[in-house]
Amino acid sequence: MTRKTIKVDYLARVEGEGALRVSLRDGEVRKVELRIFEPPRFFEAFLRGRAYAEAPDITARICGICPVAYQMSAVHAMENAFGVRIPDPLRQLRRLLYCGEWIESHTLHMYMLHAPDFLGYESAIAMARDHAAHVERGLRLKKAGNEIVRVVGGREIHPINVRVGGFYRTPSRRELAPLAEQLEWARDAAAETVRWVATFDFPDCERDYEFVAMRHPSEYPFNEGRIVSSRGLDIGAEEYDTHFEERHVPYSTALQSVLRARGAYLVGPLARYSLNFDRLSPDVQRAAREAGLGPACTNPYRSIVVRAVETLHACEEALRIIRDYEEPEEPCVSVDAGPATGYACTEAPRGLLYHRYSVSADGTITDAQIVPPTSQNQTSIEDDLRAFLPGWLGMDDDALKWRCEQTIRNYDPCISCSCHFLNLEVDRNG
Amino acid sequence: MAEAPLPDAGTVVIGVGNAMQGDDAVGLVVARALVDRAGVPVEEHDGEAAGLIDLLRGRTVAIIVDAVRGPAPGDVRRLDVSDAPLPAGWSPFSSHGFGVAEAVELARALGVLPRLCVIYGVGGAAFATGESLSPPVRAAVPAVTARVVDEVREILNAGRGVLHA
Repeated sequence: MTRKTIKVDYLARVEGEGALRVSLRDGEVRKVELRIFEPPRFFEAFLRGRAYAEAPDITARICGICPVAYQMSAVHAMENAFGVRIPDPLRQLRRLLYCGEWIESHTLHMYMLHAPDFLGYESAIAMARDHAAHVERGLRLKKAGNEIVRVVGGREIHPINVRVGGFYRTPSRRELAPLAEQLEWARDAAAETVRWVATFDFPDCERDYEFVAMRHPSEYPFNEGRIVSSRGLDIGAEEYDTHFEERHVPYSTALQSVLRARGAYLVGPLARYSLNFDRLSPDVQRAAREAGLGPACTNPYRSIVVRAVETLHACEEALRIIRDYEEPEEPCVSVDAGPATGYACTEAPRGLLYHRYSVSADGTITDAQIVPPTSQNQTSIEDDLRAFLPGWLGMDDDALKWRCEQTIRNYDPCISCSCHFLNLEVDRNG
Repeated sequence: MAEAPLPDAGTVVIGVGNAMQGDDAVGLVVARALVDRAGVPVEEHDGEAAGLIDLLRGRTVAIIVDAVRGPAPGDVRRLDVSDAPLPAGWSPFSSHGFGVAEAVELARALGVLPRLCVIYGVGGAAFATGESLSPPVRAAVPAVTARVVDEVREILNAGRGVLHA
């Protein structure tokens, strides 16, 4: 009998800190545990007792990579609670802001964290010595995304301009014009990125995921839509808790989400793309097909290609929004807070981000729930490893470790976000 | 042959940190204390590598102030990374997985690292979300601020020769 334990004690090139433990016995995978030891985040508790209007600024602090996503889910949940409707120009500005975040987050992951896996470098730094032009393109593309967040969000990191009901201040057409110039370049760079990542070698691994993403009647989803799945789920955000459940696992401080009816599911670029291919423009669809993608993608290693396609979409969409932008008459609509519970999902770069708030008569938050995409994908990450590992057992330990890490990086896991909650009473022997 | 004098814009001081994560804010606090004293541009940054590289690009001198794990809380280490990489285990605190150390090394790999690049690392202990600076780190702020002011003054005046050597 041979036993083998593979430990990756520090996962490089993921956001936050995590570890993986895999136990093998007689060529069989016994255990796959993704461990997370990032200091837990207490944002849900932190929000209780705060004013409803503080939610977007507080939750933006959860993650330096995807603050816009947290703000968007927070304001939409509050607006859902208070029955607030946002006029179209403000809605478009929110979409523009989200485009910026997708561009910067996806580009960071593709160029700095994931591409080195495919090109055989231990890091983007080593890759930059041989592929400086690619890395420089990535940095500039990311900057185009940062610029959108700076101009619309008020600043690049932890944007401060978003409020329940709209924005504190809306940009003029003149302020958006320089963004369009950068985005013309960025759209070409994103198209080039699609072609570049399509040349990588992808392991031949397919999985039968239940994809979960938002779906909008006409748009590739950012802020609005039903929550749908590839196995027939079709619900509003207010039904999220009925269908999804967060579970503790003893080896991780992050909660793992499952569908109550069917268990593991997948959120993020692969799910969004596969459920919404028909919502991409003909040009973006063509770029995807030329990159070897069909209308759905079940190979998690190709997620880097899907991210590139989504980046192209975000550049195109941002350009369209800026072109059609009409300065809103008011930066926000009035909000009449009262006792209510509100629910919202939006599409963070890494996937579905659910917020639920209960608010008292004076506008104080009495309860908050935040379910980030990485905690929803944690079970699927482990299942990927369980499914693929048997085919890799002939690899030496270093190669196997690398492959395991690459498999986790397919998800661009934002471990900082996923550890937003820790139950210190958890029974570790349970 | 002597080089032409460098414009002051060739020097930048960058305070790195997250205002919401305890001692990780120390770089930002020092940057705020430096704004009126440094005599060169002072930037506050969250440490995200791509943005940081943009701040380094085109500069001749960069002084970065950041919280680090390792030294005792409040202890200040000065590290010249112009020619040598950050030593292993000397880890600026970052929750991004791609932060100051990566920015410096990526800038070096791309040939855009300033000729003089110095990191002042302030030992931190408490990085919990929602906390403010711990007392020993707060107490270190005036000293690290003064050291940066002195170093910048040296660079701008007599010390400029250092760069031309």
